[in-house]
Amino acid sequence: MLATSPRLRATLLRVAQSIPVVIGVVVISFLLTRALPGDPAVYFAGVAADTESIEQTRVAMGLDKPLFQQFFIYVGNLLQGDLGQSLSSGRSVAADLAKRLPASLELTLTALLLAIAIAVPLGVLAATRPGTWVDHLCRVVVTAGVSLPTFFTGILLIYIFYYLLGIAPSPLGRLDFIYLDPDHVTGFYLIDAALIGDWETWRGAAKQLILPATTLALFTLAPIARMTRAAMLTALSSDFIRTARAAGLSNRTILYRYAFRNALLPVVTTLGMVFSFALGANVLVEKVFAWPGIGSYAVEALVVSDYAAVQGFVLAMALLFVALNLVIDLLYTAIDPRIGFSSK
Amino acid sequence: MTDVSAKPVAHTQGKFDHIFYVLRANPVTLIAFAMFALLIFSAMFGPALVPYDPLATNASNALQAPSWAHWFGTDNVGRDVFSRVIVATRLDLSISVAAVALSFVVGSILGCIAGYWGGWPDIILNRFLDTIMAFPLFVLAMGIVAALGNTIENIIYATAIINMPFYARLVRAEVNIRRDAGFARAAKLAGNSDVRVLALHIFPNALPPMMVQVSLNLGWAILNAAGLSFIGLGVSPPTAEWGIMVAEGANFIVSGEWWLAVFPGLWLMIAVFTFNLLGDGLRDIVDPRKRT
Repeated sequence: MLATSPRLRATLLRVAQSIPVVIGVVVISFLLTRALPGDPAVYFAGVAADTESIEQTRVAMGLDKPLFQQFFIYVGNLLQGDLGQSLSSGRSVAADLAKRLPASLELTLTALLLAIAIAVPLGVLAATRPGTWVDHLCRVVVTAGVSLPTFFTGILLIYIFYYLLGIAPSPLGRLDFIYLDPDHVTGFYLIDAALIGDWETWRGAAKQLILPATTLALFTLAPIARMTRAAMLTALSSDFIRTARAAGLSNRTILYRYAFRNALLPVVTTLGMVFSFALGANVLVEKVFAWPGIGSYAVEALVVSDYAAVQGFVLAMALLFVALNLVIDLLYTAIDPRIGFSSK
Repeated sequence: MTDVSAKPVAHTQGKFDHIFYVLRANPVTLIAFAMFALLIFSAMFGPALVPYDPLATNASNALQAPSWAHWFGTDNVGRDVFSRVIVATRLDLSISVAAVALSFVVGSILGCIAGYWGGWPDIILNRFLDTIMAFPLFVLAMGIVAALGNTIENIIYATAIINMPFYARLVRAEVNIRRDAGFARAAKLAGNSDVRVLALHIFPNALPPMMVQVSLNLGWAILNAAGLSFIGLGVSPPTAEWGIMVAEGANFIVSGEWWLAVFPGLWLMIAVFTFNLLGDGLRDIVDPRKRT
């Protein structure tokens, strides 16, 4: 079966390639938890710990054993989904992260969709009309977008839309307290509210979401627009486009069937880098808007020196990013027919 | 910029003529250089020139809107925001310059070794860089600072580590393509040692693209460092630093005192913008074809 389907083989190969990366990520996360200056047990037991509870933590985490053995205990715990105990919430870090992850995902994905919806048409227009106002707008957006600190954009938007204009709700969390949280199905408030047909709550959740999502989108659309414009310019100046023009194909066909589909490939490739930025910026945006996702969870944990929570968050984010990159690459094999054949 | 090649170029002898030529053709780069000079000036002489002590509190004069006496207003304990913003330039620039310098040096050494000798150091380095890049970089920086301890030095180390892969990869590629070039072999035959050939003959070729990378990276390093201090890492109050000033000012934005957060944020943005423009300009000087 493997021999008959080169695309399946390429897919399996790509999945296999992410295994060493995951191992590397786990090793670095382990080293980070053990790199604490002094005695890690003291840090993990918390500020209020006495000698006895420090000793308990040491044995529980296996810190009395050699480093090599500690690593296997760490991996064993990870395989059981155990990221340790959060000192501030008193629950397990894995449970905390799982509970707050949908909030982060809802924000990040909405922002990315928004960014792609604006950046791709902008990049295409800029490439097809060089020197016009669209092109200049694109250049300004691209340069300004990467220079804007996300936390600053967020605060500016709050000032303008909440304080000055009064059209945005107060920047505190996912839903105003006058609404009840929709029943938990996916954890995405927009989807959950739509599922039970509660449009009042849906509108409330959307209102809370729009400012943080815009902040994050402003930051992520710059690299996408830049790449789309460059890729479109390259595609439009290539030989097959000239041939298509000479053959008398309509402008529309050339632009969308030929140029755009080829320009899409490098854009999809940069999405990996964009995700890296977006997941990082997500932490800052969550802090600004008091968004109850895993980013603000980590920031709160940092303030009270809750190390297990912070390191669990770093590991979770890295695994999420590896998974996203895998999805992007698989998407890449799906939209580029050449990749499947070249690996024959 | 498109008609550059059509114009007759009068002076092409010296390198400086070319730089002046590009600068004249692209006024934006000239502005970027001017803004850069201004930033350096306020970093060097700012603390001596500002009208108020950046740490001096004055409770009777708290939360004043911008005026002639206080250009950027005063904060919640009556400190002059303008003085704090200018004084913070030195700290913010030092953090990012130190971080970028560190990643430049370490990345160059690792990239040279991997690119010149290849073999298992190359494989290990690539695996290592892949692993670093497998983290969302800002999140990795958070993790590193949390693990090493909450100090300014560790902010520098963390920023250096997340920037390092870009330099190492660039140097590795530049060194690798010149490893067997004629001039490198000739230098080797003339009796130079491997390290000497590498350091004096091959590595200098990687410098022009590296300088572009440094400039683009500096902006990103400032953003990262300010982001880390915004979430409460590294710099501690009452130190004047842009990220922490925005974080402190954020509490007052919902009640309308916008100047506390807006001015430090604006300065941060201007600094990043300057370095990005400078990077684009340097790329025009170094390699005009790579414009996007």
